[in-house]
Amino acid sequence: MTALAPTTPWKAGAKDDYRVCGVTTLKVDMHTERLIIANAVMAVVTLLLGGIAALLIALTRWQAIHLLDATWFYRLLTLHGIDMLVAWIVFFEMAGLHFGSTVLLNARHAAPKLAWLGFIMMTVGGLMVNGVVLFDPQSTVMFTAYVPLKAHPLFYLSYILFAVGALITVITFFINIAVAKREKRFEGSLPLVVFGLMTAAILAVYTLLEGAAAVVPAFLWSLDLLQNYDPGIYRNFFWGFGHPAQQVNLAAMVAIWYALAQMTTGIRPINEKFSRLAFILYLFFINLGSAHHLLVDPGLSFAWKAVNTSYAMYLAVLGSMMHAFSIPAAIEVAQRAKGHNKGLFGWLRNAPWGEPGFGGLFMSMIIFGWIGGVTGVTIGTEQINMLAHNTLRLPGHFHATVVGGTTTAFMAFTYYVIPLIFRKELKLKSWAKWQPYVFGGGTILVSLGMITSGLQGVARRNWDITFAGVVPGTVDLTLAIFGIGALIAVTGGIMYITIVLASILTGPRMEAGQLLLVGGTENPLLDSTKLTHEQMEHPKNQPRGTLVIVFAFLVWFAVYYLSNWWLLGRTWFIR
Amino acid sequence: MLAPEKLWWKPLGRMEKTWLTVAFVWCVFLTVMMPLWYFYGKQNVPTETYRVTREQFAAKVNEFVTQYQVGDENGIPVVAPPPGSDVYLRASTWQWYPILQLEKGQTYRLHISSMDLQHGFSLQPVNINLQVIPGYDYVATIVPTSAGEFTIVCNEFCNLGHHTMVGKVIVK
Repeated sequence: MTALAPTTPWKAGAKDDYRVCGVTTLKVDMHTERLIIANAVMAVVTLLLGGIAALLIALTRWQAIHLLDATWFYRLLTLHGIDMLVAWIVFFEMAGLHFGSTVLLNARHAAPKLAWLGFIMMTVGGLMVNGVVLFDPQSTVMFTAYVPLKAHPLFYLSYILFAVGALITVITFFINIAVAKREKRFEGSLPLVVFGLMTAAILAVYTLLEGAAAVVPAFLWSLDLLQNYDPGIYRNFFWGFGHPAQQVNLAAMVAIWYALAQMTTGIRPINEKFSRLAFILYLFFINLGSAHHLLVDPGLSFAWKAVNTSYAMYLAVLGSMMHAFSIPAAIEVAQRAKGHNKGLFGWLRNAPWGEPGFGGLFMSMIIFGWIGGVTGVTIGTEQINMLAHNTLRLPGHFHATVVGGTTTAFMAFTYYVIPLIFRKELKLKSWAKWQPYVFGGGTILVSLGMITSGLQGVARRNWDITFAGVVPGTVDLTLAIFGIGALIAVTGGIMYITIVLASILTGPRMEAGQLLLVGGTENPLLDSTKLTHEQMEHPKNQPRGTLVIVFAFLVWFAVYYLSNWWLLGRTWFIR
Repeated sequence: MLAPEKLWWKPLGRMEKTWLTVAFVWCVFLTVMMPLWYFYGKQNVPTETYRVTREQFAAKVNEFVTQYQVGDENGIPVVAPPPGSDVYLRASTWQWYPILQLEKGQTYRLHISSMDLQHGFSLQPVNINLQVIPGYDYVATIVPTSAGEFTIVCNEFCNLGHHTMVGKVIVK
């Protein structure tokens, strides 16, 4: 049985500054607490900036409204990409890394000064890039800043500051774990959630180094210190940063999925080996996916593209499909062990749907897997990419993964960070209950609107598509679906930010009294330690329902994937 | 979130094994589809590429236009190259040059390059999309299988007039 309370005393004489959380019985280092608060606040600030931009650009692409002029559209699109894909998510992940490397290991923060340095660099970089994009007309270059589009040197400098700051923070994660191990703060292997965060951190090191390889020469080139910068080489390095950055999100999100499942339904992983192998597959193979962006580039061979785009042999996809089984299966086993044993899906009907952590987990997994994953693998297929490259299908895919998947999960997790780390009572709980469904539901419409528009050839990053040879009637409809979805998703975003601000800005500081926010006084996290092997292996408690769900998923996957080959076969011959 | 037991390396259960096997077989199928289509499919991503300077490519485009021009539309030449020939298409902010007039069912070697920024070749409503990068002469061997008027949209952001960069292909 797993002991939750610290088994090892804190080192005598160590200048640890910590409190013990009454709800989880975990020790919270005060440096960690302040770092998490700072990073989480910056995450929400950048989410707000990116969210305002999201609303305005969505109302522009919704052709019936077409709100902004072209200059502001492209400017805010640049801002939206940077704030959402990089700033919001990475700030949140840094908070997660501080949490995982100390609190979950019963350990102290071993390098707080370094961590603050990282945070300050990220903050300066993150705010500066917003300023540059807003006030310098030359720097409307999109998140990708494809050479030879040349932005202001400060634009590249902001990227570099942000990336180096993030790299420093990631290094403190490794330092913390090494120190915790040496000081024997934990015994045996890392908890699965920390293992997942470790996967994310290792991927982040690689990602940030490639980011430097792309952006440092661009910075020199913008200062005229470098004469020529080959755009093909830039693309290669940039996507070595741009795509793996999303794989960091993936690994961190899956770690958060396990955490949310345990906190809301009291799971234990059905097989630690299975889940850990899935993370290892990410580690080895997922970064090959940077080739997804280069599939219709000149100069690359079929073999190079096919091996890289498929993660060697779709082995990273296998990792995701393993998690897609293992998490719902663990929930099913835990639910059945509690007596929710009726039929195939009784366990799911009796899940805590009103608990924001579960609602967020459910929406995140469904949107990420059924929409994001399936469309991603399909458009990442070498030949099929010709039908999709730079059309709205691309943002349609990654709004399902990064927004519907990662962001929904991170938002849901925030609701627990507020009482446990900020030590403030969560306000507007009834809003929090609905928020994952509003935000997730809106994102589903956004994704589907974009994907169906892209299937008809509508280009991404395009202010006005009306005179570009696409079928007007149906495109108007699909863009309207996208626009309405965006309004709903933005409503969900406003709900989130209001809940967070209302909670952290008002009311006194108070210790949390319980783990669940609306689902009652149980403590699934502690209950999970009481789940026995006999219960988990009992034939009645086996995850039969999950097996049905994953097979249904596979059928949908096959239908979507094969219908895209059929579509490809109908177009002009090309070689 | 909690530390696992000391020994967590345990054999997989029956359902995990089933799913792992099925998922792995699916991954192998996904992998095999690409080389299969490469050898038997009619739509493959072009790979033929040459290094080219802007001046060299511009000269080739001009030579091509002079040789095969058949008309003019708003100042942009309409060019009808013979089947099987090399066809040149120039991308620059914010224009596709020239207008191509092709024959249905015939093969052409379409060279595409950019004079300035990166552009995106997006043929609509056929929906074929290729990246256009300055310094690279990208050669696509194409066979138009449908007749009519087609639009070339630029789908890579190329500064503020990006959405006005629209070209034309006529197939007879």
